[in-house]
Amino acid sequence: MFKVQQTIGSVLCCKCGVPMPPNAANMCVNCLRSEVDITEGLQKSIQIFYCPECGCYLQPPKTWIKAQWESRDLLSFCIKRLKNLNKVRLKNAEFVWTEPHSKRIKVKLTVQAEVLNGAVLEQSYPVEYTVRDNLCESCSRFQANPDQWVASVQLRQHVSHRRSFFYLEQLILRHDAASRAVRIKQVHQGIDFFFGNKRHADSFVDFLSKVVPIEYRQDKQLVSHDVKSSLYNYKYTYSVKICPICREDLIFLPSKVAIGLGNLGPLVVCTKVSDNITLLDPRTLRCAFLDASQYWRSGFRSALTSRQLVKYSVFYVEPPVGETTVGGQKYALSYVQIARESDTGNLFCVQTHLGHILKTGDQALGYDIYGANVNDDEMEKYRLHGRLPEAILIKKCYDKERERKKGKPRAFTTKKLPMEMDESRGGRGVDPGKMENEYEEFLRDLEENPELRFNISLYKNKDYQESDETASMTDGEGAPTVPIEELLAELELSEEGEGDGEDDMDE
Amino acid sequence: MATRLQFENNCEVGVFSKLTNAYCLVAIGGSENFYSAFESELADVIPIVKTSLGGTRIIGRLCAGNKNGLLVPHTTTDQELQHLRNSLPDAVVVQRIEERLSALGNCIACNDHVALAHTDLDKETEEIIADVLGVEVFRQTIAGNILVGSYCALSNRGGIVHPHTSVEDLDELSTLIQVPLVAGTVNRGSEVIGAGMTVNDWTALCGSDTTATELSVIDSIFKLREAQPSSIVDEMRKSLIDTYV
Repeated sequence: MFKVQQTIGSVLCCKCGVPMPPNAANMCVNCLRSEVDITEGLQKSIQIFYCPECGCYLQPPKTWIKAQWESRDLLSFCIKRLKNLNKVRLKNAEFVWTEPHSKRIKVKLTVQAEVLNGAVLEQSYPVEYTVRDNLCESCSRFQANPDQWVASVQLRQHVSHRRSFFYLEQLILRHDAASRAVRIKQVHQGIDFFFGNKRHADSFVDFLSKVVPIEYRQDKQLVSHDVKSSLYNYKYTYSVKICPICREDLIFLPSKVAIGLGNLGPLVVCTKVSDNITLLDPRTLRCAFLDASQYWRSGFRSALTSRQLVKYSVFYVEPPVGETTVGGQKYALSYVQIARESDTGNLFCVQTHLGHILKTGDQALGYDIYGANVNDDEMEKYRLHGRLPEAILIKKCYDKERERKKGKPRAFTTKKLPMEMDESRGGRGVDPGKMENEYEEFLRDLEENPELRFNISLYKNKDYQESDETASMTDGEGAPTVPIEELLAELELSEEGEGDGEDDMDE
Repeated sequence: MATRLQFENNCEVGVFSKLTNAYCLVAIGGSENFYSAFESELADVIPIVKTSLGGTRIIGRLCAGNKNGLLVPHTTTDQELQHLRNSLPDAVVVQRIEERLSALGNCIACNDHVALAHTDLDKETEEIIADVLGVEVFRQTIAGNILVGSYCALSNRGGIVHPHTSVEDLDELSTLIQVPLVAGTVNRGSEVIGAGMTVNDWTALCGSDTTATELSVIDSIFKLREAQPSSIVDEMRKSLIDTYV
């Protein structure tokens, strides 16, 4: 259909006389704006509250919203605070620059509304927000008492060494389990963790139950009580006990437990402690697993611990009579002739599960049952009947090889948790010299056992040079070390911006 | 010269009055102010008649006329018709027409030579218009509106139409009517020009809301600045005086 071309003519604005295309009001935009103010009745200035500690803004009645200066969150929060904005349509909103310490936020809003006879007018206007500082509840509570904690986890293991805690520390660091702890304190035979929130403490205890066998109880203490609204403020305490059985411990199982595990030889060695305990009978190479609840039902303690390990020299190793692999670890049963270092005249011929690594001339660490004085009636009875072996070897000793590397730094370093030391109990507190020795032994343990390193992050030692290592490697077999591939490079955030990435080629 | 006035606080002057070159009709208002304003403008030049049509005061929208005649709708009573016939000059033919569209002021826009009519007007009505008013009738729309009488104000010198009229339409109308046309507004941006003002060859009367800009547009398009009533009416007076004798 033929349509005539319609050109819009121009009329004069009825107020100012400037030529303009005709519109519903027949006034130019300026005249219309001067006539009608669509921003009338809208809020132009408003007060908002800001917590300077945590950077949150208050949305009454009680919510605090975290927002950065001049961010989208802040913009939407500001717009939400305006009251009558539903009468007009909001087209655009943006921040106008204000001096950050002026305590004013300016937002320019562009709104559209219908005026007169159907003409839609768009107008922008600034809204000024006065920012008032007001500490939010959690910050004010924290300010009043910075050591305020709501839940605490008291982790204890009633043994004389702190090896488990070193290992646990590395695990916690790797999994970031204690990131929300307000304070960490080291005490005799344990560590205390303090949290600001019961949920955090709960999740931490959950994490612990997955990595070590624990038993815990939870108690609460009333702090304050609001009668009118029946709100009770409590402090929660979790008393967590780690089972006292550690790796390389020698255990004499009580008869009930031994029978329950399928007549496992009453003398067993603990080979691994994770969320359950692995017990190995060194004479039959049978393994059994006990989880936390099973252990705590009987609650037996170890007969001999790693403190009591004695050095033996191996004189002769017979070829292994049986081999088995349990939990990724290989064991071979064989007879060996050994004698204590201190008393080489006395030869013993014993069975050992380390047949696959021991060779003539090696040194090994083991428990001297022949000369031990154990406080256990059952065990004494066994001994009288002559059914106890004279010695049980636990691991190979690398002291000779270590001599070569004495004084040289290791290829790896570990990180530590920010712990407070308990100086208060004088004498019963931790002895720094002893701690160092124990830590050194722990690091040696890590070197010797790859399965221990599985869940731990080890970092490259910056001071360590490759050349030292290769020089020592040329002469014979060196002491076991952590291969370079397993080490993580530390993340360095330097001014140049390039971060040293984590090259983790681990499993 | 264009003047501003109000009828009982209402700025729609064209609703309550009808102004032509030969006569003027005004509605009966509560106060005499409206009538006085007309009198002061037109005084001895042309007769000013107070009337109602069909009992209503919206006489400007109900009737259509020029110096030759006046058409009133079928709703006009006999008394009103008689009154009009008595008061108006004899040269002016007053005719009542039967037409479905009874608001003749909205449907017909005319000056002394040409008239624009509503597209749906009867054929008979068109003939009567041509006869009584002595004009050439064109059926047209203005900016797509069929109520031509409401959306334009015409005189022999010029005219104002609805502001949304396109340039092509304006040209077309202008060539039809043979007078210069402009798209404009009256009464502060109102598009209903026919109802907002009333005009003849030497004067225009607008609602008091009319802005200075609009007034200047009216003045320029209707050429009111040079216009002197005497020069125009002198011609007419000759025919008027004839009857006295």
